[in-house]
Amino acid sequence: MALDKATVARIAALARIKVPEAELGALAADLSKILTWVEQLNAIDVSGVEPMTAVAHAKPPLREDKVTDGGIRDKILANVPETAGGFFVVPKVVE
Amino acid sequence: MSALVKGHTGEWEVVIGLEVHAQVISKAKLFSGAATDFGAEPNTQVSTVDAAFPGMLPVLNGFCVEQAVKTGLGLDAEINLQSVFDRKNYFYADLPAGYQISQFSRPVVGRGKIVLDLPDGTAREIGITRLHLEQDAGKSLHDQHPSKTYVDLNRAGVALMEIVSEPDLRSAEEAGAYLRKLRSILRYLGTCDANMEEGNLRCDCNVSVRKPGGALGTRCEIKNVNSIRFVMQAIEYEARRQIEVIEKGGAVVQETRLFDSGKGVTRSMRTKEESHDYRYFPDPDLLPLTLDAAWVEKLRKSLPELPDAKKQRFLAIGVSGNIVNSLIEEREVADAFEDEIKKRISQKGLSPEETKSAVEFVQSPDQRQLSPSLLTAVTSSSGATSSTIVNFVFAVANARKEDRATLVRRLDLSGLGDLQDRKVISGRMVREIVEEMADTKKDAATIVAEKGLKQVTDTGAIEAAIDAILARESAKVAEYRAGKEKLLAYFVGQVMKATQGKANPALVNELLKKKLAG
Repeated sequence: MALDKATVARIAALARIKVPEAELGALAADLSKILTWVEQLNAIDVSGVEPMTAVAHAKPPLREDKVTDGGIRDKILANVPETAGGFFVVPKVVE
Repeated sequence: MSALVKGHTGEWEVVIGLEVHAQVISKAKLFSGAATDFGAEPNTQVSTVDAAFPGMLPVLNGFCVEQAVKTGLGLDAEINLQSVFDRKNYFYADLPAGYQISQFSRPVVGRGKIVLDLPDGTAREIGITRLHLEQDAGKSLHDQHPSKTYVDLNRAGVALMEIVSEPDLRSAEEAGAYLRKLRSILRYLGTCDANMEEGNLRCDCNVSVRKPGGALGTRCEIKNVNSIRFVMQAIEYEARRQIEVIEKGGAVVQETRLFDSGKGVTRSMRTKEESHDYRYFPDPDLLPLTLDAAWVEKLRKSLPELPDAKKQRFLAIGVSGNIVNSLIEEREVADAFEDEIKKRISQKGLSPEETKSAVEFVQSPDQRQLSPSLLTAVTSSSGATSSTIVNFVFAVANARKEDRATLVRRLDLSGLGDLQDRKVISGRMVREIVEEMADTKKDAATIVAEKGLKQVTDTGAIEAAIDAILARESAKVAEYRAGKEKLLAYFVGQVMKATQGKANPALVNELLKKKLAG
């Protein structure tokens, strides 16, 4: 599968990664190579096989409905660049 | 009951599907042990999982799964014994991980249905597409600072059930009936408080229009509407807007819109199309959820009696059809009714005849004065009125952290229902009176007298006010009669002003229309 520069720019934008225009071509070539390599798997017929979303055949551990955490605001906010009145403060998000 | 909307080019059918986000009742969050209480100090109910600290892993709350399955069973839906949690990727300040854990291709609950009890006495089945579990996001406050947004993560990670309906609804009224029925079922099950005003039930509306029987039109999604009344208003407006666009030769653009409740209009959100590319994939931190069939069956057997079954049972014991829907809508009301029936029959075992005569006795107009106040409020009013009263009582009970059932039995709701029935007070005054009653233990009539809340229902007084205004505004009257019907609202406003806001609005409307018609 070959990716063009526009697709790479779009993937970068969705991931909020700034990619200079000059690097788009090289990235497109690399990503295309990776996808082509993975596409070898398409040779295998998997019709009728349940999709596997985990390798372990285990049930997930379940938590009891008990409050066991929280009340650690100082720790939660310890590395935050800006706070006020117990809130995180970020540049205005306009809808 | 398929209500068609008339346009210039003939009739149009409105097609509506609703996506409801219902907050699960649980003590702890979906994937962490932090508390879910409403109204706590900002960021005091946040764990390192909720704040997405590096390396923190989610652990699923088993009770939230139980609540979702219970809800699925209450919606008569398929329960999927295998389901998967996926990551929905997007960036926003109140979503610290950069993704929401949700369920995409394999939800925990599949197809189900809800039966609507429509005002004309008919019933209609609405399909449920699916119900899945997901995390709520945090809360962003945009009005605290001119150039900053404040973020509180207390709500981040609280469990939500997203309940998606089929596009089976055909009018704003049906959408309202659907939400009321869903609210009723959730409250009976105890899986969600279902209070739209407090935000634990939120609704997105998908609306499109088409010529009756034609192919589906392009839909618009109206996001986050927060009351049943607003949902109905938003749908009415949006359907009209789309019909106008098409009839003028344009095309409806698929987009997300917001409802402005102040202006009663929807407007485009103008977000970039690519922000909707969520790139779902299975969350590698979570194993697929496997449920035991026997456990699901045990839950099914433990379900309380639900509104539909209760309705059939009430009808069978002789409850009249015109009050049964308002009796069963809230479990607390239905319980009060049944307690009253039981009280009237001292014997342990009661024959069907005895039950029937007790039911008749409680329903008879003469005996309502003797029955508990709540029952009187319900049976004396129209369904919509009593539902308003009961919901205000619930809201006040929540605000005061009082038990709902106790409060509904303690207050003078019979007096309140009676005042509203006789149009002494308007719907707008109900909440104020409920709050005052809860505080002062006075009865409704005393509060109305003390606060001067009475509305004018004397048709003579209102007619006099109308006559004076129509005589003064003869130019506008002529415009109205020439087809500018929008002026009615202006006239209503003038009459309300002349009567210091105490005239009964419905009565004013009715009298004005009659007089303007000449």
